[in-house]
Amino acid sequence: MATSFPVEPRVIVRSPRTFIERLRGGDQIALLTTLVCAVTIIVVVALIVVELWMNSQPAIKAFGWHFLTSSTWDPNAEKFGALPFIYGTCLTSALALLIAIPLGIAAAIFLAEMAPPQLSNLLTFLIELLAAVPSVIYGLLGIFVLVPLIRDCLVPVLVKFFGYLPIFQGDFYGVSFLSASLVLSVMVAPFIISVSREVLLAVPVEQREAALAVGATKWEATWQIVLPNASTGIIGSVFLALARALGETMAVTMVIGNTPKITASLFSPGYSIAAVIANEFAEASGRLYVSSLIFLGLVLFGLTIVINAVARILVLTTTQRSA
Amino acid sequence: MDLRVSRRRKIVNVVMLSLSGVCTALVMGVLFFILGYLFWHGAKSLNWNFLTQVPKPSGQTGGGVANAIAGSAKVLLLATCIGVPIGFLAGVYLAEYSGKTFAFTIRYVVDLLNGVPSIVIGIVAYALVVRPMGHYSALAGGVALGIMMIPIAVRTTEEFLRSVPNSMREGAMALGATRARTIFTVVAPAAISGLISGMMLNLARVAGETAPLLFTALGNMFWSRGWLQPIATLPVTIYNYAIAPEEDLHQQAWAAGFVLLFLVLGINVTARMIIARGSASARR
Repeated sequence: MATSFPVEPRVIVRSPRTFIERLRGGDQIALLTTLVCAVTIIVVVALIVVELWMNSQPAIKAFGWHFLTSSTWDPNAEKFGALPFIYGTCLTSALALLIAIPLGIAAAIFLAEMAPPQLSNLLTFLIELLAAVPSVIYGLLGIFVLVPLIRDCLVPVLVKFFGYLPIFQGDFYGVSFLSASLVLSVMVAPFIISVSREVLLAVPVEQREAALAVGATKWEATWQIVLPNASTGIIGSVFLALARALGETMAVTMVIGNTPKITASLFSPGYSIAAVIANEFAEASGRLYVSSLIFLGLVLFGLTIVINAVARILVLTTTQRSA
Repeated sequence: MDLRVSRRRKIVNVVMLSLSGVCTALVMGVLFFILGYLFWHGAKSLNWNFLTQVPKPSGQTGGGVANAIAGSAKVLLLATCIGVPIGFLAGVYLAEYSGKTFAFTIRYVVDLLNGVPSIVIGIVAYALVVRPMGHYSALAGGVALGIMMIPIAVRTTEEFLRSVPNSMREGAMALGATRARTIFTVVAPAAISGLISGMMLNLARVAGETAPLLFTALGNMFWSRGWLQPIATLPVTIYNYAIAPEEDLHQQAWAAGFVLLFLVLGINVTARMIIARGSASARR
């Protein structure tokens, strides 16, 4: 017969239970610290919005919505209007994308569909390095290499064949909307190429095989099957490039000519939101002047936030559909 | 089947495919022409004095950018001390602790921050640091670049911690380690090469930023002492020299551009090699 020995329950390992004890164990401290850091990021973004909003109040009070539609920029008379800058930013970004999109997507098609994997990887590596080149260096090259090149080679051709168009009227001095757009297009092309290539490579191989099996040529398979499949992701990459082009400061500042003017001619010098902030902020005197520049910053912030949100939604829908 | 149609299709095929190849060649050609030009032109203007002297007063030729190189290093050190810890710890929170909804919010905010134009960050650093202190300073520049480093730091940390297999966490916890101990002594060391190279890429990205420094760090013709004075940095120096009228300064801008590009691309290539080797050894 088995006899049971009464055993005193003895705690050998005490699991830390109370908050204080777990704090001592380090677990709660780590959780709290990391949580605080995560919340800090939200605070930083909130601070950005609040600072921009508070500091642009004088300008908002003085000009209201008229700020966005007025084209006078006269610091001496304390009259400020943002239209020339908004126009310059939108025009240069749009033109840059117009050039970079076809080139970028064609290059992405080549890298994803045609080039042998090793060559494709090598070229992609180089393109990603080019995306890492600082914008001030693109500006430097823009001033001293691209602008003379445009003046001597591109402009005479454009004037000869398309000189009757209003966008190619007037004299060309070098710094202009055209130069800024070309520099921007060189800068955003690597983004479009590397993202579009990823998206194209994510399209299942079976799609291509099926198309080729029913007699499509390589091009037809790419153009009619693969590209529509990847279109949402590619549009997402374009929006990311657009956001970058809108916010790009240095390269544009160095070649756009810094003249607040609204003209149809691409040869004329202009100005952009980021460029005017970069040029005039440090020297701005007077509350209203500084506040107007910060209001411009708020406008730019709003623009890029909207574009980024759209890009994110597009990319999200693609990944969810493929998942 | 109509033969002409099929021939037309073949021609379209060949033409369009070669066109995409031509576009690639064009893009690569433009980009490499530009960079080759910079390396050729910049290396030509580079010499020892340029790297060891401070700028000469305006009107005199010669002088260098030693103070700007040191200044860039100082500002970047500050930025790293601000951006990397916050980003790393927030990334740990996202990868290891957080629930679904809150993580989505944070990720969204991080993406938002990543999309904010650098010049806007500059304005905010001006309003937060320069205006209360009353003068431009290295600290303000460091804060601006530090904020810019946060988003990438978060994303890299989260990504590389997630790539560590769960069995390692389970193993550590089965041995009685607390969650924090598991994360900081087992999971993070397992991802260390990825984390380090990610932070290097992050650093290289902000090293070339000019816009947020224009009205935070400003610039300085001389050596800058301490952290609270205006300080010269390489990117701002390049910008100022490039738009100056003197030919001598243009030469110096090329040389400074060469130095900056050499540093940025050097860090980039090293980091990418570390990542590539890490993934290669993981596959083995």
